[in-house]
Amino acid sequence: MTAVQDAPAASPEIGRDRRRKEDQRLITGRTRWTDNISLPGMLHMAIVRSPHAHARITGIDLDAADKAINIYDVFDGKKLQDTMGVLVNAWPITPEQQAPTHYPLAVDRVAFAGQPVAVVVARSAAEARDAAELVDIEYDVLPAALDLKEAAEDKVLAHPDLGTNKVAFWQLDSAGQGSGRAIDEVIAEARDGGIVIEREYRQQRLIPAFMEPRSVIVDPTGEQITMWSATQIPHITRFLLAATTGVPESKIRVIAPDVGGGFGGKLQTTPEEWITWAVARWIGKPVKYTETRSESLVSAHHGRDQWQRLTLAATKEGRVTGLKVDLLADMGAYVGVVGGGVPVLGAWMFNAIYKWEAYQFNCTPVLTNKTWVDAYRGAGRPEATYAVERLMDELAVEVGMDPLEIREMNWIKHEEFPFTTVAGMTYDSGNYEAATAKAKEMFGYDALRAEQKERRDRGDRVQLGIGISTFTEMCGLAPSRVLGQLNYGAGGWEHATVRMLPTGKVEVITGASAHGQGHETAFSQIVADRLGVPFEDVEILHGDTQVSHKGLDTYGSRSLVVGGEALVLAADKVIEKAKPLAAHLLEANVEDLEFGNGRYSVRGTDQGMGIAEVALATFAAHNYPEGMEPGIDAESTYDPINFSFPHGTHLCAAEVDTETGQITLRKYVCCDDIGNIINPLIVSGQVHGGIVQGIAQALWEEAVYDDSGTLVSGSFVDYLLPTAADTISFEIDHTTSPSTTNTLGTKGVGEAGTIAATPAVVNAVVDAIRHLGVNDIVMPMTPERVWTALQGGGRGTATVEAAEPHFEGQEDSR
Amino acid sequence: MTRINLRVDQENVSDDVEPRMLLVQYLREKLGKTGTVIGCDTSNCGACTVHLNGRSVKSCNVLAVQADGAVIDTIERLADDDGTLHPVQVAFRECHGLQCGFCTPGMIMQAVDLLNENPSPTEHEVRVGLEGNLCRCTGYHNIVKSVLYAAELMQGASKEGANA
Repeated sequence: MTAVQDAPAASPEIGRDRRRKEDQRLITGRTRWTDNISLPGMLHMAIVRSPHAHARITGIDLDAADKAINIYDVFDGKKLQDTMGVLVNAWPITPEQQAPTHYPLAVDRVAFAGQPVAVVVARSAAEARDAAELVDIEYDVLPAALDLKEAAEDKVLAHPDLGTNKVAFWQLDSAGQGSGRAIDEVIAEARDGGIVIEREYRQQRLIPAFMEPRSVIVDPTGEQITMWSATQIPHITRFLLAATTGVPESKIRVIAPDVGGGFGGKLQTTPEEWITWAVARWIGKPVKYTETRSESLVSAHHGRDQWQRLTLAATKEGRVTGLKVDLLADMGAYVGVVGGGVPVLGAWMFNAIYKWEAYQFNCTPVLTNKTWVDAYRGAGRPEATYAVERLMDELAVEVGMDPLEIREMNWIKHEEFPFTTVAGMTYDSGNYEAATAKAKEMFGYDALRAEQKERRDRGDRVQLGIGISTFTEMCGLAPSRVLGQLNYGAGGWEHATVRMLPTGKVEVITGASAHGQGHETAFSQIVADRLGVPFEDVEILHGDTQVSHKGLDTYGSRSLVVGGEALVLAADKVIEKAKPLAAHLLEANVEDLEFGNGRYSVRGTDQGMGIAEVALATFAAHNYPEGMEPGIDAESTYDPINFSFPHGTHLCAAEVDTETGQITLRKYVCCDDIGNIINPLIVSGQVHGGIVQGIAQALWEEAVYDDSGTLVSGSFVDYLLPTAADTISFEIDHTTSPSTTNTLGTKGVGEAGTIAATPAVVNAVVDAIRHLGVNDIVMPMTPERVWTALQGGGRGTATVEAAEPHFEGQEDSR
Repeated sequence: MTRINLRVDQENVSDDVEPRMLLVQYLREKLGKTGTVIGCDTSNCGACTVHLNGRSVKSCNVLAVQADGAVIDTIERLADDDGTLHPVQVAFRECHGLQCGFCTPGMIMQAVDLLNENPSPTEHEVRVGLEGNLCRCTGYHNIVKSVLYAAELMQGASKEGANA
């Protein structure tokens, strides 16, 4: 028992730009990536992959490989069929969904080029690769479904046994669910004296391209089987290993050590993990598989890949009355863990920040003989945001208004929150006026518009364009009951434990699984504030199912808004749990105690005691009240009551050389409203990185297949990731409308930049050359595509890349 | 197998290696220098950047046998023996120049070389100087800021040194 010191109140950690705890090991090369781990007797695996997009396997000769020096064993799909389990889709979007069985190692047929067909296990990685060259596989090549639109017509079947390429049909209809009028009515009204805009946009196929190639080690020695994997989802992986391979969950430990980026690309249970699992169990020795970059690009799932058919209805004054969306979404050869759920996540986002009377979203995920497609940063929401933000610019042109003004005319006003949208989501808070005003001021909007006019009037060879994206998104996946209604296979809660160690240190365990986000820092700030302990005394443990036994991992901008709230609940439980003990030691009544700045004090006296002292007293357990257990640790599971709805205004100025089609980014400004900010430094990093991934979709990246279904952008030579020399520095700022549905008032930020940036850039480029007859350029907007659009537009004909009115009987407009 | 002798992170080492073994494989597999990582197979990403005789190289682009007799420095010995960080390391932490950290060892080693060659680069010079190193997390904004800040730190240190 000590008297209260005149210590100054600890400065709140939340809101401080703390330097990251993670960095020390990362900047000194003392990191534990999966591929850095080596175990005694560990064997190495190489995978033989299909060169064909679609073929029947007619023979596999493993003899030569098996006889090679230092080869331990060789496997094909038939040998592992009974033990390798299957890869599942956790979100069947309809009960009737049709998805092919996905064996980790192909058994009798391959459905995409790059699919694993055989494996070789050797004493060294080099020997495994050498021997893999000796595997002789005979194929009977089958016709492949490659083009998304043709695949949707079932011209060629990706999986003949299914009888169709269509996985499902999923619809959200505002009239049907009672959240708005019938879409056909408002389109009919608009055709009669209003404005109807019909467009077809292409969301090209992207590759997440995390910097750390995936790696997995399975150690079957000992009582438990341990898997180390470069994954975003150790908990989900553990559950699905148990569910599909028959090993009791309690015998499985999955560890995601330091993980080098994911962006949704490591939100997957992979063939490589499952094969390594089966092979290690078969052999009884630890086995490692680390992919090459080329393998990663062809085998790790891709993202986006949609055709979007859009009909926007508006009054002649420019008030939008409704939008009809028809999506074709390429799933690739297999339906991944989220699968058709990815485009469906866009269903609530096409209406964005706007107030409409009617809305209909129709989505058909389609199988093709290409690499599978699943979550990539934003997952469904960038695609939706792109479509609506492009259309708002088109509407502004039709009406003859400034594109910011047309948005303001249609968006939800700040005093209208909470607002239930035409899609049926209730946005808790936001202030689009404030974010836009700030962004405009930072950007120098009026001056740039004036310069644009001057250069246009002058006929400058290099034209200036201004692109706008006033985005919102739904993130923080997710309220479990909502997921249940959507047939998702799991909940959306998150778990946390707070352990008060006798030395005064605090061990915090989270079910979120960071891979670059800085949880160790931001979560320490939250707990330090809540418990009133020093930031340095908090240790965040994560990513190991043996330490963090319960969790739903990291994706969908959920770690802070869901996982952070679990921390708050657990910390609050510790405070409550320790209170009777503190009262006992202070010889006071529980009712007279108050807690603040890490201390219990007896109201009206100078008596008090720090929570660390209570922790030590709990450890000793020499003196504690009857009826209480000697422990003050606590755990908690938080289930969010709503999604989180960050928003922001992104403004991009781009210059287009009308003679060469070269695009130069001149300025990029954004003002995001992500509610209360825990660590502004970490937030800035998330925003910058997100913006560049969004810009990269607009300007550089595309997964390209040739006519035989080979990924020709299958290395970093061909898949164009931006470099430091391609990009610019950004100006970012924030407005703050705290979330009203969680205690910290936070909203997600991980995906915001990526969601917002793509339409801002495309709108800027189109704005620069619209007066030359261009109203669309297919992404990525290469100089060649811009130049071609300019040639077509200059002659007053439809541009080659333009997506013109579609719905009935017109041809592929690519 | 070929015998090579070289000095890595201030230690003399010697091994028999296959002629095809890459320097990065030698560092990681033979010496356990896992601070240096492999991010691609086409010499595009720069994650494996180390210093060979004081200049940055992509260690996936050098055979171990080519490094025979060379002095190699990796991220693992960039800080002083007493743990004092190199100014570039300090700057990356200070300016949040890393997120997942996978590209960071290569990025830092490249930045050190860049600043050795050009102690006060412009933003443009930094961007061009880092062109061979890919990062997927940061959008490069804070990496560029880190290198410019490191230049300031190093200039400050050299001025102090001159005044002393």
